[in-house]
Amino acid sequence: MLEHLIPVLAGTLAAATPLIFAGLGELVAERSGVINLGVEGMMLIGAIAGFAAAADSGGGALAGLPAGAVAGALAALVFAVLSLSMAANQAACGLALTIFGIGLSAFIGQHYVSFSLPGLQPLDIPGLVDIPVLGRIFFHQDAVTYLALISFGIVWWVLRKTRLGLILKAVGEAPDAAHAIGYPVIAIRYGATLFGGAMAGMGGAYLSTVYTPLWVQNMVAGRGWIAIALVVFATWNPTRLVLGAWLFGGVTILQFHAQGLGIAVPVQLLAALPYLATVVVLVLISRDKRLLQLNLPASLGKPWLP
Amino acid sequence: MPLLEPRPTPSAQMRLWSPLIAIGLTLLVGSLLFLSLGKDPIEAFGVFFIQPLSSGNGWSELMVKAGPLILIAQGLAIGFRARIYNIGAEGQLIAGALAGGGVAIACDGIDAWWVLPLMVVAGAIGGALWGAIPALLRTRFNAQETLTTLMLAYVASFALSYMVNGPWRDPEGMNFPQSIMFGDPALFSPWFEGMRVNASILIAAVASVGFWIFTSRSFLAYQLTVGGLAPAAARYAGFSADRTVWISLLLSGLTAGIAGVGEVAGPVGQLNLNISPGYGFAAIIVAYLGRLNAIGIVLAGLLMALLYLGGEAAQVALQLPAAITGLFQGMLLFFLLGADVFVDYRLRPRPKPVIA
Repeated sequence: MLEHLIPVLAGTLAAATPLIFAGLGELVAERSGVINLGVEGMMLIGAIAGFAAAADSGGGALAGLPAGAVAGALAALVFAVLSLSMAANQAACGLALTIFGIGLSAFIGQHYVSFSLPGLQPLDIPGLVDIPVLGRIFFHQDAVTYLALISFGIVWWVLRKTRLGLILKAVGEAPDAAHAIGYPVIAIRYGATLFGGAMAGMGGAYLSTVYTPLWVQNMVAGRGWIAIALVVFATWNPTRLVLGAWLFGGVTILQFHAQGLGIAVPVQLLAALPYLATVVVLVLISRDKRLLQLNLPASLGKPWLP
Repeated sequence: MPLLEPRPTPSAQMRLWSPLIAIGLTLLVGSLLFLSLGKDPIEAFGVFFIQPLSSGNGWSELMVKAGPLILIAQGLAIGFRARIYNIGAEGQLIAGALAGGGVAIACDGIDAWWVLPLMVVAGAIGGALWGAIPALLRTRFNAQETLTTLMLAYVASFALSYMVNGPWRDPEGMNFPQSIMFGDPALFSPWFEGMRVNASILIAAVASVGFWIFTSRSFLAYQLTVGGLAPAAARYAGFSADRTVWISLLLSGLTAGIAGVGEVAGPVGQLNLNISPGYGFAAIIVAYLGRLNAIGIVLAGLLMALLYLGGEAAQVALQLPAAITGLFQGMLLFFLLGADVFVDYRLRPRPKPVIA
């Protein structure tokens, strides 16, 4: 059993990586009061930009990830101009970004359908990898999976321990008050939104250059939406976000290991599990209205102009 | 210094101009895109917008594509007016197609007039039930319908995949994931020899008239709209918020479900994995582009159908990827949202110099 379980748990961490990137980005944006439903589109744009950069430069994931982050941030910039500078409806703009991202990535992706990339070899953390069982799960991963956890640490630290985090949260809770004491609300929201875009783009680029190193149309397959749901599930708390991403990573890869684990159900049911699980966790967390109200950034989704 | 200031009252004129501005900007950026791809924009637009309409068959195809888009968008618009964002109409379309297709498969070999009407009713119920799930989750557990409707769209597509790979797979279909081809009693028969347009377009037409009367004449539709624009006022007036959610999601599920039957009992003729080229998502754009107004939606649906046809024509004539349709759809929605800002805001006039 254990020899089956180790690859499942190790695979869980890798499957959670794009969700951690995209989820942390969305979490930061939402803490500043901006709800961007365009995560799926930004991930797709990041995925194709990352893939194109990796394939054209021959630089692999090393070239792909930064390209994905830049492309994701540029996509978020379009959203930000509309919804922040022009105060358009955030939900509708995010949806537009997703529809645009699906179209744009499919359009560019036509040139890359038959390519494949080398991917990334696992990077063993010296010493730690030799810990029985845990070593093979946690310390025998690709470098980007470690990077996702490092970014979690940074986001946690910034939100919890720094002045910047405090300002960000103030802008999300009470933009009028933050504006009155002299903070540039719009600029801070731009920053948070672009950060969200870069992280989503990086998550997308991880999918296309490392996780399954080839381009498939619509390959993000709803992970962007799951990331948005995770932020709600995590009640805007980065630690819970990572735990939720691991949970979903596990559900996602179950379908690839079902046979080995002796689970005999139709493959389509297993493939639908992450989406069903998203609905279930949303219900579980949303039914407690007070818990949600307590943690929800007070100005979330409300257009604000100085 | 911010450039925008709120208008004293929203501009009704701008509300009508905004879709036209959005279309104009999309064409402009489209021309630049064609130029950058080394295509003559005039020729490209000819292929995109004129060529599909230069034959009878082209008009038939326009109706085939506009029908489901208009039907779904009419249902969605009711919800959008009430700020209920059902973005999973694609899933409700699939659920309707499964229900209607199930009837067709069960009635295979029965030559009776009632098979097709029964399929339509089954599809309507199937779509409405798929819409009822997020309605229940929203009213009972406060779960956001935006996310749940979309997640259920993925679940529906896996359910479809399961059915056509398993219980409903055509035994003589060479293992392709598809059901049997439906018999004539389970199909809308084409109106003209060699063209695909059929009576299902009448459903969209009747629905459009029905929704126009509903939204412009009924007190219920007024209550729904107030619930969306001013929830506090609606509560004070005693309009039920839960009822708004239920009506919005059931209606939009119902129309999407019927649209699904229209596809499997029409151009597709069976259940397979390609029953919809994303009609459920494109209908969101149709609803907004049509100003959530029944008549506007008909015009917007025709335009969006033309975009689909143009994409197909451009693929053949200009060797452009068909995905260009999705790109145009996204641009159109972006420009529309940008232009819509000027319904409620205007550019701030330059402050006059103060003379001391």
